Amino acid sequence: MLSLKIIDESKLHPHKYFSRDMLAPAKLWYVLLSLALALILNFIPSQSFSLSARPDFAALVILFWSINQPQRMGMSIAFCIGLMMDVHNAGILGHHALAYCAIVYIASVFRRRLRIFDLMQQAPQVGLILLIMQGLLVLIALLNGSNLPDWTFFLASLTGAIVWPLIAFILSIPLRPRPDSETI
Amino acid sequence: MDSTPQFFRHGPGPFARLGFFILLSCLLMAEDLRFKVFPEFRQTIAIMIYPLQKAALFPSATNAIIKQLIGNFHLLEENAYLRERYLRDSEKLLRLRALESENKHLRKLLGAVNTIETKTTAKAVMAEILYTPRDPFSHKITLNKGNLHNIQAGQIVIDNKGIIGQITQVYPLTAEVTLITDKDHSVPIQIVRNNIRTVISGTGKNNEIELRYLSVNTDIREGDLLATSGIGGVYPRGLPVATVSEIKRHPADNFAQITGIPIAGVDRNRQVLILSFSATLPDPSEKLIKESSVEPKNN
Repeated sequence: MLSLKIIDESKLHPHKYFSRDMLAPAKLWYVLLSLALALILNFIPSQSFSLSARPDFAALVILFWSINQPQRMGMSIAFCIGLMMDVHNAGILGHHALAYCAIVYIASVFRRRLRIFDLMQQAPQVGLILLIMQGLLVLIALLNGSNLPDWTFFLASLTGAIVWPLIAFILSIPLRPRPDSETI
Repeated sequence: MDSTPQFFRHGPGPFARLGFFILLSCLLMAEDLRFKVFPEFRQTIAIMIYPLQKAALFPSATNAIIKQLIGNFHLLEENAYLRERYLRDSEKLLRLRALESENKHLRKLLGAVNTIETKTTAKAVMAEILYTPRDPFSHKITLNKGNLHNIQAGQIVIDNKGIIGQITQVYPLTAEVTLITDKDHSVPIQIVRNNIRTVISGTGKNNEIELRYLSVNTDIREGDLLATSGIGGVYPRGLPVATVSEIKRHPADNFAQITGIPIAGVDRNRQVLILSFSATLPDPSEKLIKESSVEPKNN
């Protein structure tokens, strides 16, 4: 009871939470398709500034699935996606793979809490998770002897948080239940 | 335990799983950085993601086609310009040939050993930069030529101004170039003004390379041109690499801090040339030379 009082009730809207649609379980092909599209978005060549400011779409899609449908997004899939990113980046094999596994883990811990909030409220929290992921990437690179990257490198977390509501909304469109014509 | 319904079976907990995958990726990283036991693994993944990369290039490819259509209108102009340029360059080439033969003659007169091949007929393949990687930790670019176009690791990549880097990994359809700005990449060079030989290395930053371990009293000035010395056999002689931009001499250090700016558009160009240059190294089978020869440096 005490813990309930700590939560600011004006910010939580139980009626909103309960009136939200339950998402239908996603088909495997849909999950894989979304991941492939995210990878393509990551692979699009671009110039220096937009390159660092571009959000990591693969990380966002992995986060979406591991928050909303954890049965579909295991660490093994995240690991494979990470390996693909590493080969594309010509980096160390296992660099992104480790980071993506870490965000799946973080999502699995905070999943229930995150799902209470709506998409707009989730955005800053997702940004924090992305920041942790980028911190991990930097840490591994530093251990390998790289220089500390520019501060613009961390812009990707910010832009990731900004596009999160949009991406989560788009991904959940096919999963929304169709309005039932027989209910009164 | 078979009676446990599917619903309750979860396998190991998330933390255990994370531990497993961290271990796996650490092993992979160690393998990739130190041992390189399975080069095929990277190749396989590269082939798997090739269609995705191709799809990602689709917007810029269509853009290029449209630009080309528009560019066709300027072809006459361009043609005239190139013709003029060709005439000017061919005059220079004639002078170069004359100089070359004169040089040979003078060498003969001096009785110098004709060790340095004055070959300028290195084979060149045109390639296009497909993409630069998104993370700031690797200074590598990917070209659109690979195994199937007879590209091999170790060939060097230049643009119209100077050296860009060296091919370090070849896939069937693409190749990876380590830029001269990469932290682990060094090029044997000479200061053009006074022929001092040294080695220049990348710093891991964009558009900056440094001369390490050059003593404080070395004769080097800001604005000096640095060109390849041809020593080591990987890079041909005389290609411009960088100009010296800043020299800091701290009285406390033994070495001066010298940084340079690459001459080639390391992070700008789209089209590059891949040179297949065969070095005329001394034959290692000869015993006498074997003892004094230096291993060619590959990276």
